[in-house]
Amino acid sequence: MVTSDFEYLAPSTVAEASRLLSKYRGEAKLLAGGHSLIPLMKLRLAEPKYLIDISQVKGLSGIKDERSAIAIGAATTYAEIESSALIRRRFPILAEAAGQIADLQVRNRGTIGGSLAHADPAGDMPAVVLALGAELVALTARGTRTISVDRLNVDLLTTSLRPSEVLTTIRIPNLPARTGAAYKKFENKASHYAVVGVAAVVTMGAGGVCTGARIAVTGAGPKPVRAKRTERILIGKELTPSVIRRAASRAGAEIGDRFNDDIHASSEYRAHLTAVMAERAITEAAARAK
Amino acid sequence: MSYLVTVRVNGVEHTAHIEARLLLVNFLRDVLDLTGTHVGCDTSSCGACTVLVNGQAVKSCTVFAVQANGADVTTVEGLAKDGKFHPVQQAFWDEHGLQCGFCTPGMIMTTVALLKKNPSPTESEIRSGIRGTLCRCTGYNNIVKAVQAAAASGRMP
Repeated sequence: MVTSDFEYLAPSTVAEASRLLSKYRGEAKLLAGGHSLIPLMKLRLAEPKYLIDISQVKGLSGIKDERSAIAIGAATTYAEIESSALIRRRFPILAEAAGQIADLQVRNRGTIGGSLAHADPAGDMPAVVLALGAELVALTARGTRTISVDRLNVDLLTTSLRPSEVLTTIRIPNLPARTGAAYKKFENKASHYAVVGVAAVVTMGAGGVCTGARIAVTGAGPKPVRAKRTERILIGKELTPSVIRRAASRAGAEIGDRFNDDIHASSEYRAHLTAVMAERAITEAAARAK
Repeated sequence: MSYLVTVRVNGVEHTAHIEARLLLVNFLRDVLDLTGTHVGCDTSSCGACTVLVNGQAVKSCTVFAVQANGADVTTVEGLAKDGKFHPVQQAFWDEHGLQCGFCTPGMIMTTVALLKKNPSPTESEIRSGIRGTLCRCTGYNNIVKAVQAAAASGRMP
């Protein structure tokens, strides 16, 4: 398959990439790993006139220890995240989730920033980063803007990033003591995309009572969402199997009647899977929180 | 618009004027006549087009050739040395790790990358390592045996 013709631009800095985005507003796309964009271009569902390749931009990839957080460059590949000793030690859920994405070849190209900015409803990283309460840094010619991950996802394939903004950094703040995290997905066997995936981050208080929970669901609806009803049921309780099951059964509440319905799964099946995956993720996160 | 790219393929530098939309796999096959790399699904699913770019396995149907400007690419044609099979090729021969052979170049390149990362994988690590490369003949048992044989050969570079 052949894409529409385009002009290829390879800026060396983020500021230059942002300038090109404003200059060719509406006609340009950023190219990082390209594993969502290039397939869309082959189908001519995307026909950008300009492709701005940011994969070689200095300082846009790599993982930094900022003590109170780790900062992951937007162009960092899944393979780098999966194999990073720093991430495995501080946020093992990120390495585990990255290792479940697609396959070895795709993980060598696909990037965390690309996943978040593209906002595929079945992406893995958007849910994990949402559950971890990340902070996103975006750059324009006018300066930088920090976006809470809670405000990133607007709708299907739509984020709150502005047209000339380049997502540069995903900052994951340290988790409180006695916090456990887990990501469980029911994957499509061919693509390995999440039919439904649930990321759970659970904090236990000294008295064995849950004091904090962030649960994020992907694949189920048009965009990843926090399962706030579930979180409220968990907080303040001992996480017994029956409490977890009751909380997980409400994990689809925020999705309501907007469950995805396609050849991979009906909306009824996705609603069922949401509760099942939530129960598994919360159970594992709670076990790890001890 | 035409772009001048220089790509080192199997140790030989090639310079060409290409369109930006030319995919790496078509650059290899149609510009350089290296037809060992196959196009299967053309949707980054099947892995038949797997090559190494700077040592990393990638699906060359989902990379533009301009993105490989300055890169070092290895295709299946670059594995044999002095008329002798690469140990992964030899293992696929010995264990009959193929049926129709269409996926074999991609399967071999995936295996080379997998064994470089993990020189002695378990069977389950092999199966998850090659999951991005599909054998439509479903000849996976012998493929897995071939990967195990290559790992055990003690000849991996």
